[in-house]
Amino acid sequence: MTDMTLSAPARAASRNWTRIALRWLLFTLLGLFALFYLMPLFVMVTTSLKSLEEIRTGSLVAFPREVTFEAWRTAWSGACTGIQCEGLRPYFWNSVILAIPAVAISTILGAINGYVIAQWKFKGANLIFSLMLFGCFIPFQVVLLPMARMLGMMGIAGTIPGLIFVHVIYGIGFTTLFFRNYYVSIPQELVKAAKVDGAGFFRIFWSIFLPLSLPIVVVTVIWQFTQIWNDFLFGVSFSQAGTQPVTVALNNIVNSTTGVKEYNVDMAAAIIAALPTLLVYVVAGKYFIRGLTAGSVKG
Amino acid sequence: MTEWLERHIPKMVLAPSFIATLVFVYGFIAWTAWVSLTRSRLLPKYEVEGLIQYERLFASPRFDTAMMNLFIFGTLFILISMVLGLLIAILLDQKIRTEGVLRTIYLYPMALSMIVTGTAWKWIMNPGLGIEKMVRDWGFESFSFDWVIDPDMAIYAIVIAGVWQASGFVMALFLAGLRSVDGEIIKAAQVDGIPSWRIYSAIIIPSMAPIFLSAFIVLAHLAIKSFDLVIALTGGGPGYATDLPATYMYAMAFSRGDIGQAASSAMVMMAVVFAIVVPYLYSELRVKHD
Repeated sequence: MTDMTLSAPARAASRNWTRIALRWLLFTLLGLFALFYLMPLFVMVTTSLKSLEEIRTGSLVAFPREVTFEAWRTAWSGACTGIQCEGLRPYFWNSVILAIPAVAISTILGAINGYVIAQWKFKGANLIFSLMLFGCFIPFQVVLLPMARMLGMMGIAGTIPGLIFVHVIYGIGFTTLFFRNYYVSIPQELVKAAKVDGAGFFRIFWSIFLPLSLPIVVVTVIWQFTQIWNDFLFGVSFSQAGTQPVTVALNNIVNSTTGVKEYNVDMAAAIIAALPTLLVYVVAGKYFIRGLTAGSVKG
Repeated sequence: MTEWLERHIPKMVLAPSFIATLVFVYGFIAWTAWVSLTRSRLLPKYEVEGLIQYERLFASPRFDTAMMNLFIFGTLFILISMVLGLLIAILLDQKIRTEGVLRTIYLYPMALSMIVTGTAWKWIMNPGLGIEKMVRDWGFESFSFDWVIDPDMAIYAIVIAGVWQASGFVMALFLAGLRSVDGEIIKAAQVDGIPSWRIYSAIIIPSMAPIFLSAFIVLAHLAIKSFDLVIALTGGGPGYATDLPATYMYAMAFSRGDIGQAASSAMVMMAVVFAIVVPYLYSELRVKHD
């Protein structure tokens, strides 16, 4: 009704105002959501830079009045995980020397498996693929007990090679899925033509498929690295004092009951444990998201 | 000989992974299933005794709490993550110039370990020094936010942290879905003067049904496996108020020395995952074969 009484330019102006108001509402909402996601990171960083005294007297969301890196030093090389007080450093390196071979081996196996399943179909290949795929979805609790015994029998219980073994075994389902879905879109005529030319199985993989694989290798490596670095269940179940990965050590630092609770050290330790995967995310976010969605959006 | 080798090489290459899957996935599930039917305590026994472990499990108030918590946590975690993820995806879909930056902000928690997430939120929700103190310092003296130490509310504290971590991922899924809807249809609707909320509710969202299903599967799977988050945030406490089947299983296996209970609770988790994932995998694989 009001529209009828207004002149044409006035109507356009009012529509324009609604548009601007809606636009502002939109940005306000998006900004609030951004605050919600950023707040914990902000609190972690500022808390880690405060002294304990300032934490007790100041506000959770205040900037530090006096910046100190003492908590970072303690978290890296002095915080106690139970009886040992060496900080996060040795466990951080445990995670590094555990993640590198586990990521490399599971990615290589996934590439060659995906190549076979996508391009060298034989009777039963699809059944094998389905069986491997299902292995990605089991709750790992169901394999913890027998795996603990198996690692004992193999003589690698509580060792880093044992953890590498476990991560490779339960990683190949996903890596195979990634490579299979990537290679399946490469026309089969390519393999046929190469075979006519006398190239064999490995030659075709090496000279034709591998050079095409860079994007999926990046996706898989990032996915596996994030999974293995962030793992806690296998780490806490199959390690012992000295071989624990960084997530387990972080949890021990935070939940150790001896002495004064040092929240700034907890936060610094949490950031240190999160840095490698955060870095990967910031540098290669596109590939990280592709890995996340590769498992869930198909076809 | 070389010809035979050349013909069978693909199978031989796949064989180690296949055998590993058979042994370490299916063999191990069978082992756990077997042991769940015995009287195993500290050490596994192999004489099948029937369903006694399951009877003990379902008679245990602690496991009862764990299943109830899984139900509460799972429902709220999935529901809130989906609603929040969809809302943010739609907001981001309005041709925002800063979309790239915002997307990065919304999604970064997914790169963190749940132990880190749990540690951060445990500190934020700390009753003495966290949000509670902050709001009281603003002058609201009677404000109280002690969910992490309240047995009735602690499970909701875990929901908050879980949603914070996973909702950005749901947003990414939905955003990809919104972008894949046929642009011509939307343009035609706009030309016809249909308001944009109607375009979303009647055209775009219904066409994203498969993405809702994917998001549901991924979130349900995350919820069932949630172990790290509970351990870091509440340690299953106060008491066993925030136990999930995953933490129950771990406690039985590694601190209580009750292998029979650990195995049977793991099988219950397996059954829950089975009920959700198998129909999904089946439909996915069948579509692909056609």
